[in-house]
Amino acid sequence: MSPRRAASTGLVDRSQALRFTFDGRTYSGHPGDTLASALLANGITLVGRSFKYHRPRGIFTAGVDEPNALVTVLSGDGREPNIPATQIELYEGLEVESQNRFPSLEYDLGALGQLAGPLLSAGFYYKTFMGPVFGPLKGTRFWMICEHAIRRAAGLGRAGYEKDPARYEEMNAFCDVLVVGAGPAGLMAAEAAAKAGRRVILAEQEPKAGGSALWSGEMIGTRPAHQWAQAMAEKLAATENVRFLPRTTVWGYYDGNTLAALERVADRPSGTAKGLPRLRLWNIRAGKVVLATGSLERPVVFPGNDRPGVMLAGAAERYARQYGVLPGERIAVFTNNDGAYRAAAALRKAGAGVVAIVDVRPEISDAARALAQEAGVEPLLGHAVTGTAGKRLTRITIQRFDAATGRVSGDGRPVDVDCLAVSGGWSPTIHLASQAGGKPVWDEALHAFLPPSPMQPWVGAGAFAGAKTTVEALSTGRDAGLAAAGKKPSRARLPAVTAPALDPAPAPVLEIKAAGKAFVDLQNDVTAEDVRLAHREGFISVEHLKRYTTLGMATDQGKTSNLPGLAIMADARGLPIPEVGTTRFRPPFSPVSIGALAADRHRHFKPDRLTPMHDWHVGHGARMMEAGLWHRPMIYGQPGETVEQAYIREAAAVRRSVGICDVSTLGKIAVKGPDAAEFLDRVYTNTFSTLPIGKARYGLMLREDGIVLDDGTTWRLGAHDFLMTTTTANAGKVMQHLEYFLDAVWPHLKVHVTSVTDQWAGAAVAGPDARRVLEACVTGTGVDNVALPFMGIVHGRIAGAPVMICRLSFSGELAYEVYCGAGHGAHVWEALMDAGEPFAITPYGMEALGALRIEKGHVTGAEIDGRTTARDLYLDGMLSKKKPFIGSALMDRESLIDKNRLRLVGIVSLDGQPLGGGAHVVEKGSLDELGASIGHITAACYSPALERHIGLALVKGGKSRHGTRAFVSDPLRKRFGPVEIVSHHFYDPEGRRMHG
Amino acid sequence: MLIPCPHCGPRDVQEFSYQGDATRKRPDPASTDVHAWHAYVYDRPNPAGPHREYWQHIGGCRAHIVVERDTLSHEVLGAAFASDLSNQGGTRP
Repeated sequence: MSPRRAASTGLVDRSQALRFTFDGRTYSGHPGDTLASALLANGITLVGRSFKYHRPRGIFTAGVDEPNALVTVLSGDGREPNIPATQIELYEGLEVESQNRFPSLEYDLGALGQLAGPLLSAGFYYKTFMGPVFGPLKGTRFWMICEHAIRRAAGLGRAGYEKDPARYEEMNAFCDVLVVGAGPAGLMAAEAAAKAGRRVILAEQEPKAGGSALWSGEMIGTRPAHQWAQAMAEKLAATENVRFLPRTTVWGYYDGNTLAALERVADRPSGTAKGLPRLRLWNIRAGKVVLATGSLERPVVFPGNDRPGVMLAGAAERYARQYGVLPGERIAVFTNNDGAYRAAAALRKAGAGVVAIVDVRPEISDAARALAQEAGVEPLLGHAVTGTAGKRLTRITIQRFDAATGRVSGDGRPVDVDCLAVSGGWSPTIHLASQAGGKPVWDEALHAFLPPSPMQPWVGAGAFAGAKTTVEALSTGRDAGLAAAGKKPSRARLPAVTAPALDPAPAPVLEIKAAGKAFVDLQNDVTAEDVRLAHREGFISVEHLKRYTTLGMATDQGKTSNLPGLAIMADARGLPIPEVGTTRFRPPFSPVSIGALAADRHRHFKPDRLTPMHDWHVGHGARMMEAGLWHRPMIYGQPGETVEQAYIREAAAVRRSVGICDVSTLGKIAVKGPDAAEFLDRVYTNTFSTLPIGKARYGLMLREDGIVLDDGTTWRLGAHDFLMTTTTANAGKVMQHLEYFLDAVWPHLKVHVTSVTDQWAGAAVAGPDARRVLEACVTGTGVDNVALPFMGIVHGRIAGAPVMICRLSFSGELAYEVYCGAGHGAHVWEALMDAGEPFAITPYGMEALGALRIEKGHVTGAEIDGRTTARDLYLDGMLSKKKPFIGSALMDRESLIDKNRLRLVGIVSLDGQPLGGGAHVVEKGSLDELGASIGHITAACYSPALERHIGLALVKGGKSRHGTRAFVSDPLRKRFGPVEIVSHHFYDPEGRRMHG
Repeated sequence: MLIPCPHCGPRDVQEFSYQGDATRKRPDPASTDVHAWHAYVYDRPNPAGPHREYWQHIGGCRAHIVVERDTLSHEVLGAAFASDLSNQGGTRP
């Protein structure tokens, strides 16, 4: 048996031992323990070093509010830092280490920094680093070096570098009533809502339901409260319309009654939980929410209040009752309210010695007096603790204290103790209600903020709503559950509660002013003096106070420090606390692992888009690349070939004989209806109403602001029937563009647009032998120059499958796009490959496609970059003067027609070295000296036709620079060299080959 | 946030694509008044309170919906098909 394990109390399973290590040493605990309770059971009270001053720190709370006892959990090579020991369920083989200490927790060199303590007051960084530097260090980076060292010295745990092997999951859930918190109020609420037939989710952050019932020592009905709670939870969990989620923290309250919760499903090394995620993120949409989140105890602030051994009274009580652990052997209690007397009695009953009860109040209730008797001590009324001693607490100093004036008087009386249980009263846990909107309401009697009136459909219950006793918690809980279910409050009898009749009101004392460092925010090392300093320097609003001192900004978000901090500021300003105000709480309520937020979302249900010919490509050596969601062949590599060698071979084959390319990914939109032609005239810069049936036309679209949106060909298949093609990348954007105009602007136009990208498979057959390939396989139509002229469309069959063929060219060669139903795609592709065999037909990928289009000077997404106009791309010929079109009104604005804009040119490398996309074009400079940019290269390749490295570029002045020299400047890739600016029509500028 | 699509019912905001201010009026297509066009394309009020916006239900029926929303509380005050409320100004439809 561990030295500090109580003889008989507690809900842990003592029949089983669990081994764990802390800083390399092995200890043992039991199922039902937290790491914190197990450490205390082993007599370990020093568990960490503080953030700024490296002061020794211990376990301060027993729950989610823990500011001090942060540890790093190790698993294999992974490490997760800054986890409160109070929130780690003990398991066999748990390995943790303490943080922010060197070389060891016991002997920490960083603690020497305490000597510099007075320097490190609030605002130290601002004052030091934002101010001027004088003397010999003026103009140096002295302070920046200091800052680096200081930031290293301060801090929390260290994150790991290893990949996290754990799996995370996201879940969406819906319910009529979400009950947050499974204490007495939450359990009653869930039961009432469930009985009314509502779908209920009951979320509890602890592993066990019960809340305060687990450690109140009260009786509910005829049973101990924890047994009542367990029976309720079991009954609810077995109810069909209730989902009970233990270990689930509701951490965010968002619009539309959407709440975020984190479930610790198997928060331990994988292997013990095969197939289960470590954490599960819940998005819960609730009709109504019952907030039964209870309350959190706050400390009284006094000098030396941070030593290991000082903890909240409720926490000490909880260790004794729930875990059967004595947080000390000689315990003193320091309080401003009755609640701590119950803790004193509980500690005594569990076997600890209670050596003193120090109470700031001059009078106490009879119930408190009776509990003091149970604890075996006479309370010292009108006294306060004014100091402590010991690396681990060994002694406290007690002095007379007048609660009315806040003055300390008389000589200090030392008392030897190893634990001090402190209580400053309780604050409702209003975080979620505050997130949901509204201003908290001050309650003078409880000396605490109550939740705001609801801005969203939630109902409060229990201590959260200001209930002062368990009886009130039960009744407000049931009524809240009924209200959430749309029912009236019940008058049926509630179970009886046996509990001492304590006075719920604390004395309004949250700070004892005496000499020495008194900590408000234990995690961020903010002292009471820091708060007063902020006040003196004018940072008096709570928002400024928070940012200036970092009060409440740590991982615990000020759960224990919020109200004491406000009280000290209110005192300094001479105002009541509610007039000082409180900051609005924001999500998350408690820290959420990034892994859970990045949980596997299956790429947001975005598919991998594969063309019908995908398997063929992969089976024929294609190296695939992702283009948006599509997977497209980059090259069809042959053994031993580099990417460059492959695309040069492929592109050369297109120019020499014939190539074939999968163009199924082009966006295809069916535009149909009596007004389709009129609509296209408005959408495109050029005219489509004059396009004959059976012909295609190249079209250009602008945005409303006159910038180019997209280009592509549109085919007229019938009087009211067009097939629009878009670039692969812009298919979705163009579709939305069309839908916007049809919905919001011209709803009277009789036009319907449908995306048919996936319905058609497409193959481009390009090269001097392209027609011969088609002649060999197409039936039902001629494909000669008369039957199928440039931009003509015919319908026929290939290997029995119906096809539609349009003669158009992206490569500049004689070329055809062959379309068929997606289901025939692979079949038609293979037939074309067979027909092309005598001509050595060569499949080509994106790289060759890019090289061919650069040689032709065709623009694509790299040039249509959301900044270029039609004139910039020398496409002015496509701007109709006969009709208005989208963008026509704004495209001629002064700066859009400026002659010196970046305009499209060709670039030829003069030193035989490659050009890179994104490189700048400069008039002078060198590799080391950057010249002023006159533009940039948008796309580059080796041109097999020209046998040179070429590129397209957007350069100031465009055409006016043709024939001039410049340089490519690409410092990132260490490239500088001479280039010539030429026309972007590198190859066959007259287009003889494609018309041939 | 839930958006009440008049066609599909209340749906999560993630199914929608924000398409901007729905109080803008598009000038007559034949208009050459650059200021009017400029106002339509660029000028946006940023009201604190009720506001009308286009949301396209891209994950559903794809309709553009005019949603009236309070920018302070995110409360949705109403929703209607954009096609019932053409924003085309001028005489020529």
